[in-house]
Amino acid sequence: MKCDVCKEAEATVHLTQIVSGAMQKIDLCEACAKAKGVSDPAGFSLADLLLGLGQETTASTTALAAEPRCPGCGMTQTDFKKSGRLGCSQCYETFSDGLAPLLKSMHKGEQHIGKTPPGHSENMATAERMKVLRRDLDHAIKSENFEAAAELRDRIKKLEQESRAKIKT
Amino acid sequence: MPKSKPEQAGSHSQGDLPESIVISSRVRLARNLQGHPFPGWAKKPDRLRVVEVIRPIVQEVTEMEGGFSETMDNLSAIEKQVLVERHLISREHAAKNVGSAIVINRAGTIAVMVNEEDHMRMQAIMPGFKLHQVYELIDQLDSKLGSKLPFAFSPKLGFLTACPTNVGTGMRASSMIHLPALVLTDHINKIVQAVNKLGLAVRGLYGEGTEALGNLFQISNQTTLGEKESDILDRLVKVIAEIVKHEQNARLTLLEKNPRMVYDHVGRAYGILANAQTITSKETMNLLSMLSLGIDLGLFDELTHAMVDQLFMDTQPAHLQRNHNNQKMAAEDRDGLRADYIRAKLLGIKRPKFAPIPKKTQDDKEESK
Repeated sequence: MKCDVCKEAEATVHLTQIVSGAMQKIDLCEACAKAKGVSDPAGFSLADLLLGLGQETTASTTALAAEPRCPGCGMTQTDFKKSGRLGCSQCYETFSDGLAPLLKSMHKGEQHIGKTPPGHSENMATAERMKVLRRDLDHAIKSENFEAAAELRDRIKKLEQESRAKIKT
Repeated sequence: MPKSKPEQAGSHSQGDLPESIVISSRVRLARNLQGHPFPGWAKKPDRLRVVEVIRPIVQEVTEMEGGFSETMDNLSAIEKQVLVERHLISREHAAKNVGSAIVINRAGTIAVMVNEEDHMRMQAIMPGFKLHQVYELIDQLDSKLGSKLPFAFSPKLGFLTACPTNVGTGMRASSMIHLPALVLTDHINKIVQAVNKLGLAVRGLYGEGTEALGNLFQISNQTTLGEKESDILDRLVKVIAEIVKHEQNARLTLLEKNPRMVYDHVGRAYGILANAQTITSKETMNLLSMLSLGIDLGLFDELTHAMVDQLFMDTQPAHLQRNHNNQKMAAEDRDGLRADYIRAKLLGIKRPKFAPIPKKTQDDKEESK
């Protein structure tokens, strides 16, 4: 892989940064990384680097008027992109479509497997069950066993509804 | 976390590592209440309500009995800065006023920030390399608070936090490590890059976006979703132990290949600290780092790590001002006061004793070219 700046040397520094909700990647050689002051990823903005390269940032604002708001706190996706912080816990559901790829890119996995607060232990079991069902569903689809897939899909939906109802109470 | 797990074996090997390299270990958990907007998006009445709900419950937990509890608007700028210098609150939290609070236990090992970026940021901190122990401490508090407060939690995404980078465990674990030899041998950048590639972050003295003063580096996990707390800690412990080994090797190499350079750094640090009439906190930290290295290399008879740690803390701006009339002082006056304080403390400390430096043979000279 070649360096994005000098396009000559082999890139050894690989950076990923989330700026206003958009993921940006850049690969640099050691010399260019040093020249750009890239020693602490938190200390500089990847956006500036990328802009300097004449590339477009992916954080474009879309249709302000008809933007959906989080029913929990009134935040819009644009608000989130501006601050990089969500408005309330319900935002995770409201903006789940946009958040899923973001979370996937920043974390090791997409399913929480750590501690559960007291009283949530049954949810942990639900999550585990869900994981297994989803994997089975993937298999069923791949092997074109659509009857089994339909049944699995229904079970997942039911589980999802149940756990959602539990969170709300 | 079950106590019989392999981390007990891990904590033994942790104990073998000198505390002079791994200065401290810290674990913080981010937690939010269901049904309340996050602090950054909440209006003032919302934030006040959250403080009213959380603060009394935190104060009443046995761990926090007899501790310190205050709203941020009731603390002076110097008081807040003292807490930052002790790593009990973040710089972000020090900037908060009405609608935020801090509760600290008596021993100063547990601190709960209310309405920082999340409704609650609770942390435990201890000297030395004790990440698993520190986690257990904060985990217990978290479980107690979790049984009394409705935490925002989803079975899929775990603990829900204002910033998506913290979602899942909400845990950031870190150790502060002292790496003077890796800095002197210019190997530190390679280490930082390698650590970054492993998905861990290297930061300066006061966390995100701060300088590595005094050759001190914070190593922390960067991801929080899709991994168990204990696995994150194990990963971190392994990497830190590896870095400590590199630091120890770098020290041996330096002593063997270039003792004059190491002795020069330690000797000059002593000379300046024992005689300066004015000195900034940045220079102080960097020179104290060299004294600490000198202690590890056996160059001082009287000087101890405890004394250097005390100097390190007491010479930082807010501590200095608090111990001196509690008045805000100009930087220039602080630098004079700092120099006076250090000179007085080093009065009974004899200069470093250096081993004779072996004459370089022709072969060595060739090699060092």
